[in-house]
Amino acid sequence: MTVLNAPARPNDYSAYPDAQGRFGDYGGQYVPETLMPLVHDLTAAYARAKADPEFQAELSGYLTHYVGRPSPLYHAARLTEHFGGAKIYLKREELNHTGSHKINNCMGQILLAMRMGKTRIIAETGAGQHGVATATVCARFGLPCVVYMGAVDVERQKPNVFRMNLLGAEVRPVTSGSATLKDAMNEALRDWVTNVEDTYYLIGSAAGMHPYPEMVRDFQSVIGREVREQVMAAEGRLPDAVVACVGGGSNAIGIFHPFLNDASVKLIGVEAAGSGIDTDRHAAAINGGRPGVLHGNMTYLLQDRDGQITEAHSISAGLDYPGIGPEHAWLHDVGRATYLTATDQESLDAFMLLSKLEGILPAIESAHAIARIGDVAREVGKDGVVVLNLSGRGDKDVATVAAHLGRQI
Amino acid sequence: MTKARIDARFAALKAEGRAAFIPYVMAGDPDRETALRILQGLPAAGADLIEVGFPFSDPMAEGPPIQRAAQRALAKGMTTRGTLELIRDFRDGDQDTPVILMGYMNPIVTWGFEAFARDAADAGVDGLIVVDCPPEEAGPLADALDAAGISLIRLATPTTDDSRLAVVVKRTSGFVYYVSVAGVTGVKEADAAAAAPNVERVRKASGLPVAVGFGIKTSERAKQVAQVADAVVVGSALVDEVAEAVDMNEDVTARVLSKVESLAKAVRFARTSQTAV
Repeated sequence: MTVLNAPARPNDYSAYPDAQGRFGDYGGQYVPETLMPLVHDLTAAYARAKADPEFQAELSGYLTHYVGRPSPLYHAARLTEHFGGAKIYLKREELNHTGSHKINNCMGQILLAMRMGKTRIIAETGAGQHGVATATVCARFGLPCVVYMGAVDVERQKPNVFRMNLLGAEVRPVTSGSATLKDAMNEALRDWVTNVEDTYYLIGSAAGMHPYPEMVRDFQSVIGREVREQVMAAEGRLPDAVVACVGGGSNAIGIFHPFLNDASVKLIGVEAAGSGIDTDRHAAAINGGRPGVLHGNMTYLLQDRDGQITEAHSISAGLDYPGIGPEHAWLHDVGRATYLTATDQESLDAFMLLSKLEGILPAIESAHAIARIGDVAREVGKDGVVVLNLSGRGDKDVATVAAHLGRQI
Repeated sequence: MTKARIDARFAALKAEGRAAFIPYVMAGDPDRETALRILQGLPAAGADLIEVGFPFSDPMAEGPPIQRAAQRALAKGMTTRGTLELIRDFRDGDQDTPVILMGYMNPIVTWGFEAFARDAADAGVDGLIVVDCPPEEAGPLADALDAAGISLIRLATPTTDDSRLAVVVKRTSGFVYYVSVAGVTGVKEADAAAAAPNVERVRKASGLPVAVGFGIKTSERAKQVAQVADAVVVGSALVDEVAEAVDMNEDVTARVLSKVESLAKAVRFARTSQTAV
């Protein structure tokens, strides 16, 4: 690839993106001209909000009283004992309002949208977790909400569709392309390009065009900032490793980012390997893809030789996306973070394990991280400390798990 | 040739005192052979320049007609390389009609900018429109296209204000494409009266001819736009003809070319006679 240079290790990992919205060669603003003035407006509005103590105080208030932050950092004693390695802590993002980390970002963006005078919210969703979180904040602030969702996902996530409807959102099934998350994102972009005056596009992951990867990361970084304080209070030291699942990668970048400049803290993302990384049915953009441009940014993508985007496959609808946020692509290239994989089966096993050992049903997305936590804990060793981001709760996945176990519920 | 072919064509049209008609066709839609026959028939049917779409799996600025055209083409195995071969075959029989490639960034990134520009020029491509590549991201691609003598055609839109327009027209050549509606292709209707002042603004800022597209479906609409713009682009309405002809089991080439003829005629006589349509 002629456009990509050999990556350089920076002195300050947290100083990105640059003014062009780049993390090294990744990121950028590859959007149709109609949207350029809008993404520039958004970039400027977000920069003002980020620097405004009033905005930050307002957000912090809602995170405390509406979302329920801080989320606990919980010592998973039986899981630790089971693996016989480092002490394992779980960052309990599944205890947030709406059941996942997604609400952190939605709260930040809805406050920004209102500051910008936008009166209509659109979003894309895969599993429906981001759709539910968006519908929730729209209900809370009285804004109309349209959620684009692949027709295939609408069919396999019916309870979440109904939840969104209860919250007053309109769910529009997307039948174009492969009728999954990437197509929902295409359709949301088409809506935005058509309704440029009043509409705010509330992207759910640290992906898409600048400033979304930076903005979503910032809103999710509350996770890592809390972990830092909590682990210092509990252990008097930083963790040896931080582990999170990665689809677009918002929960992972949120817990990684406050540790980027702490060289002793290993950062480990876990991609969805579906039926296996050696098959054509997986969703591992870094481990099984190559750089390209989709949805406004340059990043690792699943694609064929011609540059056509190929379909992702994962048991987890939330990881079922053929790309990954650009900051992860860069952290991978410069070697600051490591990206492992977990298959559908390994994640199902991890789902069962955590349920039985700790009494916590994890989201099938988060179960991908749990599938690798044993390896990480053993590698770090008995005296070490590792933190896993338990990004969502698993109630939504009970039917999926039952189906894989061959049970009727 | 390349850039020169676009400039020569617009100079000739200016001398004739009329706007250009630019049909858009999707490479490989509904299949390679039919697409080639359509391409070969376009100049005689009244096409002054031709836009050829190269299919992409995730065309975020397209409405349903062109999305489906891309899906049909991909399903029949069309690729970016195949698109260039198609244009080469067309070029064998036509040295004069400028061909503009239109599509998305990822297939070009995959190919590599220098190699793509060289191979496209070699196949007879004169201009390139990349929908998801704004000027801010275009630097390396523009360098490669310059070296190969291919025009990078820029898009201006209803959201492009004067300060933005200055950025848009920098390093552009051939012509500027004015997107007449904020939206995706083939959904909203273009409004010639609303487009007129913007066309003039873009013409002044760029010093280039201005083509207007998005939302021109009928001869009447094409005629109105041809009275204010230097070129009229019709895409979705043509790929819809492909889809309908396939559905009805009709002769696709004949049906598309007949639609092109009536649109081209409307454009050709737009400024000379109010009754020619």
